[in-house]
Amino acid sequence: MLELKNVSFSVENEGAPKEILHDLNLVLEDRKLLVVTGPNGGGKSTLARIIAGIEKPTSGQILFDGEDITQLTITERAQRGIAFAFQQPVRFKGITVHNLLRIASGKNLTVSTACSYLSEVGLCARDYINREVNASLSGGELKRIEIATVLARHSRLTVFDEPEAGIDLWSFQNLIRIFESMRENIKESSMIIISHQERILNIADEIAVLADGRIRQHGSKEEIYPGLVGTESAQNACERLK
Amino acid sequence: MVKLDEIQKRLIREVADLHEIPMGAYNFRANGGLAGRNTTANIDISSKPDGSGIDIHIKDGTKKESVHIPVVLSQSGLKETVYNDFYVGEDCDVIIVAGCGIDNCGSQDSEHDGIHRFFVGPNSHVKYVEKHYGSGDGLGKRILNPVTEVTLEEGSSMEMEMVQIKGVDSTERSTIATIGKGARLAIQERLMTHGEQRASSIYKVILEGADSSADLVSRSIARDHSYQKLDLCIVGKAPCKGHTECDSIIMDEGVILAVPSLEAHHVDAALVHEAAIGKIAGDQLIKLMTLGLTEKQAEEEIINGFLA
Repeated sequence: MLELKNVSFSVENEGAPKEILHDLNLVLEDRKLLVVTGPNGGGKSTLARIIAGIEKPTSGQILFDGEDITQLTITERAQRGIAFAFQQPVRFKGITVHNLLRIASGKNLTVSTACSYLSEVGLCARDYINREVNASLSGGELKRIEIATVLARHSRLTVFDEPEAGIDLWSFQNLIRIFESMRENIKESSMIIISHQERILNIADEIAVLADGRIRQHGSKEEIYPGLVGTESAQNACERLK
Repeated sequence: MVKLDEIQKRLIREVADLHEIPMGAYNFRANGGLAGRNTTANIDISSKPDGSGIDIHIKDGTKKESVHIPVVLSQSGLKETVYNDFYVGEDCDVIIVAGCGIDNCGSQDSEHDGIHRFFVGPNSHVKYVEKHYGSGDGLGKRILNPVTEVTLEEGSSMEMEMVQIKGVDSTERSTIATIGKGARLAIQERLMTHGEQRASSIYKVILEGADSSADLVSRSIARDHSYQKLDLCIVGKAPCKGHTECDSIIMDEGVILAVPSLEAHHVDAALVHEAAIGKIAGDQLIKLMTLGLTEKQAEEEIINGFLA
């Protein structure tokens, strides 16, 4: 469903080009959950943003269901079925949770359907449906609403950029449950999660390790995971909780 | 009731959300004259003897009733100043909807200056909604200079929604309020300017009685080459609570001057102000675009939400 061919991305840094992604090749099949891990600064978030169209590659090609989407805008990619969950969910003054879910679903959304998305991410719909997506919500609440907006899109491909970032441990435990349930119901879609949490790596079908802008390893979980345990690429949520 | 033409009907829809003649008391003013009036057992509306405006008297204990006083101007070159005084008795709970729509297709300026005074009796609650709207593509300007004066007596409260979203070329809004013992005022202002429009919005709320409180929140957007001055001042003269907030978005070449201010005359006056001006955040646009909206649609959703 998704294929990256020789994708490179560089930025201007103090007058000199700095390469963030180097000649990346990656294929993701239908009904697969791929977790991309690797050290901080290795280019993981950039890869996620390149797939969503927020950044355009300096060179290379991106194919989605056989179509070359390299030059398509964020909106066009969204309309073709690519969803993206932000690492830092965006806040909106005045836009309610219901409104955001309505926009995400692309149609007039009944309160009961909106509520079903919120229930899936473990929020009591009644308490949240009319709340503004603003600074009054906690990091964990925003994260779950972010995931609910992605669920409401019913996308072919969903990309999560470090979903565990900025949330507390209790919320993290619940987040894992949400991903486990999404994995079970994956059907005609695929997911990419950028993460170095071992519990997320554990539910992957495939794991790719990205370091210094290059894919160092890519294979099935069984193949890759054992070699990652105890490294920066597979961290426990908290060592003391072991 | 005088028959309204299509333009006047449209203006009324914009400013009062009215499609038909409302229930309850109302006073319609169209092109400088009375177009219709209704009074009820509890709400009386009478013209001032000198013809300068109307007096609205609401009897003690009036609950769940409403007064609509829309004004429409569709004749180019008309300038008027109208004085409307509201006397709300004790222990009432009423909704007052005012609004002015101007359509100016001509070359002369049209202007409506409404001076509204509210005297709210003890333990009464008033919800006041005021909408201003302009349309028409003539060279003549559409000018609205509303003045609102509020006196809240002991234990009363008033919620005010002041909305001006579109089409008014020049506005100088001035609101002065005096808040008595245990009384509460909450104001939500929504303002959007575009083109070459200029708007100034000045509030002075005096917290005079013990345990009085005020919450003034202004959200505004300045687009194109428009200019706004927002001056929100709370004066605390007793143990009281006051909060004032200006939250603004600028787009294109818009300019906003936000001046929230506080003046404390008492050591137990707890007063807070906040102000923020910024553009629409890039991340907000990107998030909505990842949900399938175009950049333009995303911008509209953000603006609609902000001004909701």
